[in-house]
Amino acid sequence: MNNSVSNTARLLGAGLRALLLLTLVTGVIYPLVVTGIAQGLFNNKANGSEIKSEGKVVGSSLIGQSYNLPLKKGQETPDADLRWFQGRPANGLGANSVNTRYKLILSGATNLSADNKDLIQQVKDAQAAVVKDNSVPGYTVKVSQVPADAVTSSGSGLDPDISPAYAELQVHRIAEKNGLSLAQVDKLVKNHTEGRTLGFMGEPRVNVLEINISLKDLVAKGN
Amino acid sequence: MGPVLAGVLQLLALMGALALAYIPLGNYMARVYTSDKHLRVEKWIYKGIGANPDTEMRWPAYLRGVLGFSVVGVLFLYLLQRIQGVLPGSLGFSSIEPAQAFNTAASFVSNTNWQSYYGEQAMGHVVQTAGLAVQNFVSAAVGIAVAVALVRGFARSRTGELGNFWSDLVRGTVRILLPLAFVTAIVLVACGAIQNFSGIHEVGQFMGGQQQWNGGAVASQEAIKELGTNGGGYFNANSAHPFENPTPFTNLFEIFLLLVIPFALTRTFGVMVGSVKQGYAILATMATIWVGFVALMMWTEFAHHEGALQIAGGALEGKETRFGVGASSIFAVSTTLTSTGAVDSFHSSFTGFGGGITILGMQLGEIAPGGTGSGLYGILIMAIIAVFIAGLMVGRTPEYLGKKIGSREIKLAAVYILITPALVLVFTAISMALPTPPDSMLNSGAHGFSEVLYAFTSAANNNGSAFAGLNANTDWYNTMLGLAMLLGRFLPMVFVLALAGSLGQQKPIPVTAGTLRTEKPLFTGLLVGAILIIVGLTYFPALALGPLAEGLAS
Repeated sequence: MNNSVSNTARLLGAGLRALLLLTLVTGVIYPLVVTGIAQGLFNNKANGSEIKSEGKVVGSSLIGQSYNLPLKKGQETPDADLRWFQGRPANGLGANSVNTRYKLILSGATNLSADNKDLIQQVKDAQAAVVKDNSVPGYTVKVSQVPADAVTSSGSGLDPDISPAYAELQVHRIAEKNGLSLAQVDKLVKNHTEGRTLGFMGEPRVNVLEINISLKDLVAKGN
Repeated sequence: MGPVLAGVLQLLALMGALALAYIPLGNYMARVYTSDKHLRVEKWIYKGIGANPDTEMRWPAYLRGVLGFSVVGVLFLYLLQRIQGVLPGSLGFSSIEPAQAFNTAASFVSNTNWQSYYGEQAMGHVVQTAGLAVQNFVSAAVGIAVAVALVRGFARSRTGELGNFWSDLVRGTVRILLPLAFVTAIVLVACGAIQNFSGIHEVGQFMGGQQQWNGGAVASQEAIKELGTNGGGYFNANSAHPFENPTPFTNLFEIFLLLVIPFALTRTFGVMVGSVKQGYAILATMATIWVGFVALMMWTEFAHHEGALQIAGGALEGKETRFGVGASSIFAVSTTLTSTGAVDSFHSSFTGFGGGITILGMQLGEIAPGGTGSGLYGILIMAIIAVFIAGLMVGRTPEYLGKKIGSREIKLAAVYILITPALVLVFTAISMALPTPPDSMLNSGAHGFSEVLYAFTSAANNNGSAFAGLNANTDWYNTMLGLAMLLGRFLPMVFVLALAGSLGQQKPIPVTAGTLRTEKPLFTGLLVGAILIIVGLTYFPALALGPLAEGLAS
């Protein structure tokens, strides 16, 4: 009996020493060396790919934002600021429930199933809003024109991109609200459309923050 | 080019890359586990452990090493989370509650990486890098070690000696996982994954105001998370989060990473048993199932004939624009056919059949190609069952790789394949029968049942992905899923190692005209059939209540 207890103790001791040594190698040295190299060689990327507009940091090119008007009195959800290109819905984003001295964004999806009534309603509401917001005098958007990414929430809730189809759908509205010509905004969308990597990886996309920064510059130049 | 063609091309590119890596990586791993030499850093580690790496172990000693190391791992990770509140470098985050800390410790040590917490609001730098990421390395190395011990059982004869656990653990970590993870991490940073130790900081926004971001050693953790088929995300959104998986290229690269070691281990197996053709037969089995599942998934996701997805005009709910439907389908299948469980899109919002494919993938036992190590030993057990079935058909004593599959061997294999289904079905049934656990379901009806079935399937098979609508942060789910993960990981290992010991003691049987040629396509066909029939019969009733009912209702 004593023998088996001391054998077990010896085994656990060896296990603990193995764990501590491997922690030193894989949990301390490895991440520190990678961090050192990353900070040295890819400083901007390692720190979140921040981008600037008019000299100020306005976010990360990788993280989606919302482009809304300030909340009005009594409003719970703000209205979209229609002067700017709008991103995808983000109904899966949450706010932190522990360590609440921070105001963290919790990335995430809705996790609603295709047959879920709430999701069906969310999609229908989003379609109606996209049609209403983007129909301007002389240009009426039909429901069948609304692409899927415009009415579904992404996996992270932080999707920085929209499909080129959704960007093109917004061209008439953007032109009207900003006093620009259709050709100017069309060109903007074309310039910001990124094709598939090497022609076949992923899907074509438009980065919403980057196109809005260019749009802002364009509007500033025009006035 | 349409999205379907682009999806197919991505699949082909992935297959090409995996094929290129197969022989060099497989041969290299075989050398790692057969070489007599020790690196200097390894000698230091053995000295620190106080173990002689050249001592051969029989199966009970090998098993004691696996269990001893893992018990310490669970306790250490549990304590680290419990004292997070007073640890420096933890962003001031509070300690994790006991039930959740147990669940997370069990989860990472068992290579499952189920997460009932939100990474960005719960785990500080120290727990992430020195706790969770370390288990990403060592739990993967333990899995490979057990697989290698089984391969030695086939390769050796008239001896019960299976190698030295400490040596296999250290070599797997130092010679295989660490260098690969290092290169991978740098590539990921170069593409935009973050790697820093800044705290939570505010960043300006376009419309004014601030966003709060976590910093973190994300790329270094992401690399081993995929390579070690772990899957626990730094952030809640896992590999859908742009800081973990910034571009279409990193997405394909991450899929490659989570498949490359499990596939290449079949080469290691072939080299070590002295016939690379035997490795090809196992590889062909894995690849057939994997490609078949990807094709089915792409078909159902691109067709999207269901409710909200039909109305929206595309199955993009829970999927990122930069990946699209095609690449997300490949990721979903690859992560559930390995034991990874990382996600770049959210399976709960897939079509009913698509969700069913992810569940069935895990229920196959994660053998196509499966987890690092666990995939190989899992499929070798299925090969033994297939050989046994073939033997029954022709009335010969079954044999595999020159070893007789006698009553002891077949009993061990049979118990092995019963453990996980028993855990999945019993725990799911109890959760549905009790009054409160069903309250955690987000969706109702068939999909709600699927959420619970998915959770226990994922836990017992050590996958870790989720139909994430389920609120699993309750005492019931934290405890029961934690138990399912530990039992689902370590009970099967007991039988694998016992089997290895028993095979190693046999003397080899010469190949005769009556021997079933297990390196031929006929055997691959038999093995694929045996896997699908055994798993299908086991889980069909449960699948019919969940994803099949949902898919057929629309």
